[in-house]
Amino acid sequence: MIIPSIKYMLEQTQRELCPLWQVVLQEEIRDRETTRDEIYRRLNVTYTAMKKAAESGISAQSRSISGMTGGDAAKYYSYARSGRSLLSELCSKAVSYALATSECNASMGVIVAAPTAGSAGIMPGAFIAAQEVFGFTDRDICNALLTAAGVGAVISEKASLAGAVCGCQAECGSAAAMTAAGICQLMGGSPEQCMDAGALALKNCLGLACDPVAGLVEVPCIKRNGMYTVFAINAADLALAGIRSFVPFDEVIDSMRRIGMDMSPCIRETGEGGLATTDTGKAAREKIFGKK
Amino acid sequence: MSIGLFDVLGPITVGPSSSHTAGAVRIGQIARLLAGGDVKRAEVTFYGSFAETYLGHGTDKAVVGGLLGFDSFNEQVRDSLSIAPLRGMEVTLKVSDAPTPHPNTVHIEAYSKNSSVSLTGISVGGGMIRITEIEGQKVDIGCTGHTLIVFNRDLAGVVADVTGLLASLDINIATLSLCRARRGSDAIMVLETDQDIYDRTRQKLEKLPNVNRVIFLPKL
Repeated sequence: MIIPSIKYMLEQTQRELCPLWQVVLQEEIRDRETTRDEIYRRLNVTYTAMKKAAESGISAQSRSISGMTGGDAAKYYSYARSGRSLLSELCSKAVSYALATSECNASMGVIVAAPTAGSAGIMPGAFIAAQEVFGFTDRDICNALLTAAGVGAVISEKASLAGAVCGCQAECGSAAAMTAAGICQLMGGSPEQCMDAGALALKNCLGLACDPVAGLVEVPCIKRNGMYTVFAINAADLALAGIRSFVPFDEVIDSMRRIGMDMSPCIRETGEGGLATTDTGKAAREKIFGKK
Repeated sequence: MSIGLFDVLGPITVGPSSSHTAGAVRIGQIARLLAGGDVKRAEVTFYGSFAETYLGHGTDKAVVGGLLGFDSFNEQVRDSLSIAPLRGMEVTLKVSDAPTPHPNTVHIEAYSKNSSVSLTGISVGGGMIRITEIEGQKVDIGCTGHTLIVFNRDLAGVVADVTGLLASLDINIATLSLCRARRGSDAIMVLETDQDIYDRTRQKLEKLPNVNRVIFLPKL
């Protein structure tokens, strides 16, 4: 699909009198010589893989290859189930599934890189929780995935989805923006509200460093996935309340690109700055790889 | 630029990093295909960032998983190092501090019962890869479309024979590149096609004069 801007997506919804997800569906069919049925088949495969990763992340409790992380998803899941969580049922479930997916990722389990492996927990966390709490059908979720992918395609077109190019704002920030738009749509938000949700989410991630300890997708990535899924839901909630983003989504994405260019390479996935170069980060690196 | 819906929502792959695992699996798979199937012995050398962090990312398991023919979404990738000896594959892992143009570079020498290949691949992000060298010759294969790799003699008319046969079957060539070590030596032709290539077509191409071997890499 080729989606040049958020503005284009919104204009298409008005021109064709259709929802956002349909714009994305049509663009993909036009660009890839594929069919509607084939796309939904693959969306179902994708969502099934997301559910499986979240489930196995909680039940397997596997440690990561480096041994730095693991078991937190199960810990949080049982805490949330005991009714002590400060968050709503929706949010506490989203946190559990996002952590679980990211732990599954760190232990070489199978995940959907949506949009990247490092940010793979955010979207499944919110979508699976929303389905469980509100009873959405798989088709509803597939349509939310389409709208989310449309947002991701625009970010990819105008900026980047890679931490090495634009830092973590491009990975967890993009995932949060995509998720916010999808959740807003599931809850009945208008196309404009969905895009305001995305803009609000991305604005709050601008400048986010990609500085993982030992260069591995574990610290701070796993817990960040758990927190950013809530914050995507929060952004959708603001938009559903009628709150607009003062800066339009397209301009937020443009500024994300510019900020990415301004960021030092040491906080763009190189593991040479930020948390990676703390005393603890350096010690962990030495322990895992046996050198400084 | 066009990006696929399932590039944004995907790939479905073993973690923890699409460039260190999904991409690495794919390079392993291509080495397996070019080596002619079941790999008996493989020597894998990591460079750059791969050399520094392959242990933490499981890139070794990913490459070996690919050499065993596993897809990137196969959970067995995680256990590939213990599966390899059970399948009769002997693996040697090495790291090199030699400088390379791309940080995520791996060189693979793979031997099957009757054939072998030596290639270099880079993982460029999001599970996307490029093959940059085959048998010591510089190539640039993105593996994003249907790709035909033709090993031939560098003689007049071979390109015409190959493209003519494809044209007669209504197969459109999207890109075409040629390389050779020197005039008249072994050469490699890389063609990306818009259409899928049936194995019968591949076999027909292989029967053309001065064509030694033809490998087809299907679109991801």
